[in-house]
Amino acid sequence: MGVEIKVEDLSKSFGKQLIWGDVTLTVPAGEICVMLGPSGTGKSVFLKTLIGLLKPDKGSIVIEGTDIASCSERDLYEIRKLFGVLFQDGAMFGSMNLYDNVAFPLREHTKKSESEVRDIVMEKMDLVGLIGAEDKLPGEISGGMRKRAGLARALVLDPEIVLFDEPDSGLDPVRTSFLNQLIVDLNAQIDATFLIVTHDINTARTVPDNIGLLYHRHLAMFGPREMLLSSEEPVVRQFLNAQRVGPIGMSEEKDADELAAEADQELPPLPPIPMQLEPSNGIPRRSQREPGEWCRENGITPPPGSFDQNMTMTTGA
Amino acid sequence: MATLTSSRALAPIGTAGKLFAFGLDVGRGLFRRPFQMREFIQQAWFIASVTIIPTALVAIPFGAVIALQVGGLIKQFGAQSFTGSAAVLAVVREAGPIATSLLIAGAGGSAIAADLGARKIREELDAMMVLGIDPIQRLVVPRVLACMLVAVFLNGLVSVVGVAGGYVFNVVLQDGTPGAYLASFTALAQLPDLWQGMAKALVFGLIAAIVASYKGMNANGGPKGVGDAVNESVVITFMLLFVVNFVMSAIYFQLVPPKTG
Ligand SMILES: Nc1ncnc2c1ncn2[C@@H]1O[C@H](COP(=O)(O)OP(=O)(O)OP(=O)(O)O)[C@@H](O)[C@H]1O
Ligand SMILES: [Mg+2]
Repeated sequence: MGVEIKVEDLSKSFGKQLIWGDVTLTVPAGEICVMLGPSGTGKSVFLKTLIGLLKPDKGSIVIEGTDIASCSERDLYEIRKLFGVLFQDGAMFGSMNLYDNVAFPLREHTKKSESEVRDIVMEKMDLVGLIGAEDKLPGEISGGMRKRAGLARALVLDPEIVLFDEPDSGLDPVRTSFLNQLIVDLNAQIDATFLIVTHDINTARTVPDNIGLLYHRHLAMFGPREMLLSSEEPVVRQFLNAQRVGPIGMSEEKDADELAAEADQELPPLPPIPMQLEPSNGIPRRSQREPGEWCRENGITPPPGSFDQNMTMTTGA
Repeated sequence: MATLTSSRALAPIGTAGKLFAFGLDVGRGLFRRPFQMREFIQQAWFIASVTIIPTALVAIPFGAVIALQVGGLIKQFGAQSFTGSAAVLAVVREAGPIATSLLIAGAGGSAIAADLGARKIREELDAMMVLGIDPIQRLVVPRVLACMLVAVFLNGLVSVVGVAGGYVFNVVLQDGTPGAYLASFTALAQLPDLWQGMAKALVFGLIAAIVASYKGMNANGGPKGVGDAVNESVVITFMLLFVVNFVMSAIYFQLVPPKTG
């Protein structure tokens, strides 16, 4: 039914290097969230902290009443059964072929017969379009295929929480839009909580219910999709519209000179907010909200042209 | 500055502590069911396959050198009747375990460290933990046991090949008599020598596998990190094994008084 993740005051550093601090957010049960941030801001570290692979320095992560940050090893292994995780490079077991990789969690954690296992594995392989590649070893396939195989393995135990680390990097645009549709359909179907780390602006703008942005060692903003897409906050605005003008530079932050030079530049207007991607069967997801609902409730006028059914995707300059 | 120096100076102690804690984890994993029989057999086969031939090849010159040295020395003492026994003693007590440790650390340990290190940087180990499986129980325990088994086996191999090499060398090149060589076997050597060789090999296998697994599982920083892990694991294992060999020999001589011919 989906499970809520409550993160409070979380900080993580490696040695003296603070990765991010004071991150507080709640990933609501059954909703799709996207986490954005420039490269190297610790998005992957954040996901690994959520599943207890890395211990935070302080703060708590509460899932079904258990605090991941302080619970025992045994509870941790128990809680992890709720998760399906797709790692950034797929993390397939190199010594097994794709079929055995996807079947692995079923063979370990269920008492299903081999024929039941085969049915489930084939269904998931079909879902990610890998039928015919079952006998290949992970070393023999492309990065995109590895990623899709990782996705199949993450989904095989019907998880309550699904964490994706850049599911769309290394995929071609067509596969990416299929994948986005797949995520929305899956959410409608299994009602799991989704947290997706991505760099793809199109994904971030059209797929999630909520968006978060990690920047400069803290969580710059986290909230409903429409809140961030209509935000005037410089960092959020720059990142979500892929602009060069703004506080983010090539090396994380711009220096004072660069910022001063930009001071009188006119910011391009906010692009219209696109419609959210709907499940392919047309039945709305449980966590889906009316287009423009948040803007209306909060008295914000969305950028002109927003929520136009026929709008073509524009992502700004 | 002072804290920096002291933290640097204390770092090896911290590492030793972590290594020890890791060893305890492995010890605990040993008793966790289900035991990974398949992995154990595969690993034992694999480690044996990378070590047997080099071990045999190393053992022959080992036996020959010992025969040469001991043979020469013994001739000076005029105690030729003990040649065979001296060779057996030297091979079984010292050369066997040392050659075993070299091969176990150099061939077996480096293979383990490279394998686990590659899995670590490909995030396979993370994925395993997320799937609710403890990599120590699943991967490390079978490797440690396999390494110990193969070490004992190699020790036996070195002893046999070394003694045979010594025999050939002594009889063919140094004009010793086969009868004297064989007859003197038990003059100085005794059964406990064999046991202590095996005990050493067991401990060496244990240490080599634990150090290699620890280094492999803690590799980081991409492919270079794996290379570093392999390198460090071999160096650390060598140093540990030579120290442990000395300590075990010293204890052995306290416990089992040498036989007087
Ligand atoms: N095990 C570790 N030890 C030390 N530093 C680490 C470790 N893992 C990550 N880091 C550091 O943490 C920072 C964040 O890394 P992370 O992989 O989370 O970035 P990211 O946001 O996922 O980037 P990308 O979008 O490129 O994947 C980096 O500076 C990295 O060097
Ligand atoms: Mg990352």
